[in-house]
Amino acid sequence: MRIRPNARPTPLQAALRAARHALRLARVLLGSQYALMLEYRAEIALWALSGVLPLIMLGVWSGSGAAADSGFSPLQLTRYFLAAFVVRQFTIIWVIHAFEEDNLQGRLSPYLLQPLPPLWRYLAAHLAEQATRLPFVVVILALVFLVLPHTFWLPSPATFLLAVLATLMVFLLRFLIQSLITMLCFWSERAAALERLQMIPYLFLSGLVAPLDTFPAGMRALAYATPFPWMIGFPAQLLSGGEVNLALGFGALLGWTLLVFPFVLLLWSAGMRRYAAMGA
Amino acid sequence: MPAPTANLRSTFRRYRRTLRRFWATSLTAELEYQANFLIELLSVGGNLAGSIFLLSLFFANGRSLGGWSWEQALVVLGIYTLLDGITSTLLQPNLSTIVTHVRTGTLDFVLLKPIDSQFWLSARTVSPWGLPGVVLGLALIVVAAARSGATPDLLTVLSAALLLLSSTLILYALWFVLAATSIWFVKVWNATEVLRSALVAGRYPISAYPAALRTFFTVVLPVAFLTTVPAEAILGTGSARWLLASLVVAAAALAFSRWFWGFALRFYTSASS
Repeated sequence: MRIRPNARPTPLQAALRAARHALRLARVLLGSQYALMLEYRAEIALWALSGVLPLIMLGVWSGSGAAADSGFSPLQLTRYFLAAFVVRQFTIIWVIHAFEEDNLQGRLSPYLLQPLPPLWRYLAAHLAEQATRLPFVVVILALVFLVLPHTFWLPSPATFLLAVLATLMVFLLRFLIQSLITMLCFWSERAAALERLQMIPYLFLSGLVAPLDTFPAGMRALAYATPFPWMIGFPAQLLSGGEVNLALGFGALLGWTLLVFPFVLLLWSAGMRRYAAMGA
Repeated sequence: MPAPTANLRSTFRRYRRTLRRFWATSLTAELEYQANFLIELLSVGGNLAGSIFLLSLFFANGRSLGGWSWEQALVVLGIYTLLDGITSTLLQPNLSTIVTHVRTGTLDFVLLKPIDSQFWLSARTVSPWGLPGVVLGLALIVVAAARSGATPDLLTVLSAALLLLSSTLILYALWFVLAATSIWFVKVWNATEVLRSALVAGRYPISAYPAALRTFFTVVLPVAFLTTVPAEAILGTGSARWLLASLVVAAAALAFSRWFWGFALRFYTSASS
């Protein structure tokens, strides 16, 4: 056996190798999760359909003059709610339900033995689910535009890319927040109830059911102090071509993400120390 | 040999006794989890507060919503909350099990019981955790109706009660028919999520929607009969025609659910066959 004199890789080589490994891991993970999600496409179609709330609210708002008082033209209003529908579709998080199920069925232990933190697996599953969801969202939008052809619009490429970036950041923030609540599963069986309760302010303050501009001033200030309005209102306003403060919006999303992230890591490691498989 | 009426009466008595046993046992089991009550109360209260706030946005600057005043629209919201509570108390806990029975094959055992299978599947359990919704919904209806200046005489109260009953039956039939399709499509539970999300439209009077949606929510998905029609009766603005229509729809929906269950069972081949 020949021993090469410089078998130790240089730091650059090591970094390249790590990057290549991560890339391959990501590709395999996303590919397998996508194949898995395609099996559930009928259910994902129904999930997509159950996100019709912004479209129902569009019906109520368009019949009322209240939006015009806050400077929304009927066209802007329609586009806002359609954009809110799209943003909501791609920021739906269900990690807590998957984790609870895995924990209960004892699937978490084998996951922990693999050299990959389980949260990455859930993240890949979410992304794969969104890829499966995409065609259904396009079909629903196409149907809406068929009924209301005059509301069709194409955002400029720059706006579109910014809106995609904002939606991805919202997805990450909401994934982290729900992961934080999920980690409480290690201590309590009622973590899912907490998740349900936090959905209430999300529902009413995010802009999913009413544009933030229609809120009375005091309520609006209160809402903007929470992370919720940045989750639907900001990206939807951006995508629909409305006026937004880009720096403030992206700054808020980044700020909340940086605030939540350390707590997720902290609770994860604390939870791991506490974890004992079901039946132990 | 007993007379047919006596026979009918003894059947009725048997079902009533069975129902009492069913509900007593499921209540005993559920009451082990008392912290759920606080969570449900917070959830229903929070949702109601949010809905009232959202509704108030439509009435800014002295506007009305589809010709309804603020107090009148609150009656509609109250009825929605009440029906949602009934859904959590009776419909969801029972009908969600149909899917499980079909998937695991335990529907066989239900069919073999000496009792009507639709009755068993629809009334087997009761969950007390929907009661906060029922109570808050009723309270909102009474308070809002009183503040809108409704003067309920006996006839109004009777017709309102009748209409609430018929909207509950329509809601039941919608849920049951959807759950029964699990005989063909096993994993149908997501479809009930679609139904629940579409029924949210019932939070607002039907006249608040554009004409096309109004037709859809009356003819295709009878949301109008669930909340708007009973609200009109409570407020004394309803007409005998709508009352009659609601009763006909309820009777037809119930009859259809009955027929559909029999039809679906013909296709039931038990699990793994």
